[in-house]
Amino acid sequence: MINRLKMIYLAAIFLFLYAPIGILIAQSFNESRYRGHWTGFTFKWYESLFENENIFEALSNTVSIGFFSALIATIFALITCIALREFGKKRRAVFMSVANIPILNADIVTGISLMLLFIGAGLRLGYETILIAHIVFNIPYVMLCIMPQLVSLDKSFYEAALDLGASPFQAFTKVILPEMRPSIFAGFLLAFTMSADDFIITYFTKGAGVDTLPTEIYSELKLGIHPEMYALSTLVFFFVLIFVVLFAMTRKHLADKEVF
Amino acid sequence: MKRETIRLENIAKSFGKLTVLDEVELTIYESEFITLLGPSGCGKTTMLRIIGGFERPDSGRVIFNGRDITELPPNRRPINTVFQKYSLFSHMNVEENIAFGLRIAGKDEGYIRSKINYALKLVNLEGSEKYDVTKLSGGQQQRIAIARAIVNEPKILLLDEPLSALDLKLRRNMRSELVRINRETGITFVFVTHDQEEALSMSDRIVVMNQGYIQQIGTPEQVYNEPENAFVADFIGDSNIIDGIMVRDKLVKIFGREHACEDTGFPPECPVDVQIRPEDITLGEPSEDSFNGIVKKVVFWGMSYDIIVEADGFEWLVQSIHGREVGEEVSITFDPYNIQIMSKPQSEDEEAAQDV
Amino acid sequence: MFRTAGMRNLFMTPFCLWAGIFIFVPLFCMAWYAFTDESGFFTLENFTLAFDRPYFKALMLSVALALASTIICLILAYPLCLILTDKARDLSTIVSLLFILPLWMNSLLLTMAWQTILEKNGILNQMLRYFSLPDANLINTPTAIIIGMVYNFLPYMVLPLYVSLSKIDKRIIEAARDLGASYMQTFWKVILPLSLPGAVSGITMVFIPALTTFVISALLGGGKLLLIGNVIEQEFVAGYNWHWGAGLSMILMIFIVVNMAVTAFFDTSHEEVEEK
Repeated sequence: MINRLKMIYLAAIFLFLYAPIGILIAQSFNESRYRGHWTGFTFKWYESLFENENIFEALSNTVSIGFFSALIATIFALITCIALREFGKKRRAVFMSVANIPILNADIVTGISLMLLFIGAGLRLGYETILIAHIVFNIPYVMLCIMPQLVSLDKSFYEAALDLGASPFQAFTKVILPEMRPSIFAGFLLAFTMSADDFIITYFTKGAGVDTLPTEIYSELKLGIHPEMYALSTLVFFFVLIFVVLFAMTRKHLADKEVF
Repeated sequence: MKRETIRLENIAKSFGKLTVLDEVELTIYESEFITLLGPSGCGKTTMLRIIGGFERPDSGRVIFNGRDITELPPNRRPINTVFQKYSLFSHMNVEENIAFGLRIAGKDEGYIRSKINYALKLVNLEGSEKYDVTKLSGGQQQRIAIARAIVNEPKILLLDEPLSALDLKLRRNMRSELVRINRETGITFVFVTHDQEEALSMSDRIVVMNQGYIQQIGTPEQVYNEPENAFVADFIGDSNIIDGIMVRDKLVKIFGREHACEDTGFPPECPVDVQIRPEDITLGEPSEDSFNGIVKKVVFWGMSYDIIVEADGFEWLVQSIHGREVGEEVSITFDPYNIQIMSKPQSEDEEAAQDV
Repeated sequence: MFRTAGMRNLFMTPFCLWAGIFIFVPLFCMAWYAFTDESGFFTLENFTLAFDRPYFKALMLSVALALASTIICLILAYPLCLILTDKARDLSTIVSLLFILPLWMNSLLLTMAWQTILEKNGILNQMLRYFSLPDANLINTPTAIIIGMVYNFLPYMVLPLYVSLSKIDKRIIEAARDLGASYMQTFWKVILPLSLPGAVSGITMVFIPALTTFVISALLGGGKLLLIGNVIEQEFVAGYNWHWGAGLSMILMIFIVVNMAVTAFFDTSHEEVEEK
């Protein structure tokens, strides 16, 4: 009885979470370009998706800003975390909370304050300002991923490498970096996701003519979304779904191996 | 006959206000198995890290084969370490871990291969080249850590409490394994532990340390049978330590009774610490010319009994293969050669500073 | 890892410069605008403005809706996380991944989809009509905005809560049961206090974006219901008055700082317990 209640509850939550996704997917196959009117099944939005230059440009901006902001933030966070490791617990906590300001603060405040800085500095709002803004909020995300593993990484790993004859630089590149690979990768991925999904900060730091997918969608809201957007989202959804399933399967595979 | 390999000269080290090592002088010889023994916080690990090059002493010098290596970073010392938690690189398999130092040194692959085979054979783990190090048991990880260190042919191998993470049975096995590897390779072993049993059963020499000072250096027999002060006597094995007064050479007074002993060279009427091992005491019928007391407590340990006897207001610990009844009246006797006389420290500070 | 503190400080320099330029200077710019008027003179008018009727109404509505959606998220998340931590490990990995999956979807489009569900002739009302039930007029009401907020921010409540609940040793719960606590007592006296840090960080992570959003209200409030976020956005983007916008932003930051202080308080008290 209790188990059934639990299952019903889970199902209700998942219905709540996936209902809008289902609607998005349905709309991507809808003949009519107006949402809420089902006039027939079509693939035409998927075809025209590849001809829509606006969407293509927004997509390429999103991907390249996501990639570069995640990359730079990861390098930055890594250097900072390595230095922070050497500080005492108290001072480290102070630095960490400073680093966290951009994500603890409201997006709208972070976005506007950066916009004021860029304008004050005489920069033209555009691709570069979005990139800088994304690096700003991505650094704390990557640090949050890297710091716990770096702190728990035993100091003797580094010393063991030195002990075996590695120079400090070799010890770093051959031992510390590879040991840190999982959290560096996780940090990069999280940063990319955050960048690709960010709307508010991008909205305030972008200039006219430069759009990422979220700002492109926002500008289309008033006139009605191009159904190609739904097609793109559907593709992204299934792409991520496959990725997640593969990930879960390899995890399970590894877990099985551990038992024996 | 014994050739010196490394020498610590007047080493001192403190962290902030805390002095962890002071006036440390130690000479370590080639191929010996030397153990640094002491309670936690006595400075033994810091000493090991100074030898390894992970800490710089505040003063003093480290001399290796006649050369001053105090300033040499760890990667350039012909010394390797087996860390307490082994610190195997989890992103490399067994073989890659062992080859790490050799690859850094730029050795050719043929040489590396033969070294890996040799080392795995030495630690009894042949055939495990491709294993994932995180899936190995504690004992196996430990052996790999040793193999990884010795393939570099260090002159000295430092071992920082390497057995502390293993369970009792494995620990016993590894003790004899380590001694065997020490004999087979001829590498000097510097072993750190707080476990006196480990130290006594494995070492050629033991360095007993407390509060940053070396208390005594000697063979296991020496530190057990002839402790130089109350700390060593108390730390290694069980002891009855009694305040006494040296009447003259070979005669000591304890609890108002004069007793023969074998120690000489103390000034007359000098207050001393008298140590008597519990297994050296014989219990008998009460009599006029011995210490008489009452049995307070008896604990059976399997091989022997621990018997607490209260006499003259002091609780004597006696170990015997014969049990006694609580409340029984007994006499305590011991032979003159089983008494160890130790000079008393003048002050708290000197208690730690009792040097060789 | 470094032999000298100098090396460590060298590594720390880029971050300090970066934080100075891109964290502190922007906030300073914001404060500068907030404390000056259009001719550059010092003024506090931008703050007292918040008590003007339309602005004050927007602020109060924002606080009310953010509070409501935070509480709903908390109530929804607790049972969900308890069920998730209770499940076998394999299953729970898959369920958690399914839960994270919607995060990769563009939240604007998903909020749009809620419009499709809630609008007058939307899917919800069509379903209600099918069962001959009365229409629910939800679109452009505070309820619609709350639904949108809960939908968008629920994962931010679930993730920290799930982490702190899964850290609780099962044996502690068994011990509580063993000592005679009923399931509800176990929850109130053991599970809830132990998971409090997760709940607190979840509350922060939901409350702040809910308080400051202008997108959800624009999409589901039909432009009639103004939240403080919408007001600030218009001051800046529609080019009304940047000084007013900055002043209102500073007032928002008061809420944020209070929220952060509360979180920090719970964090440290938790650490002290752990150290014992």
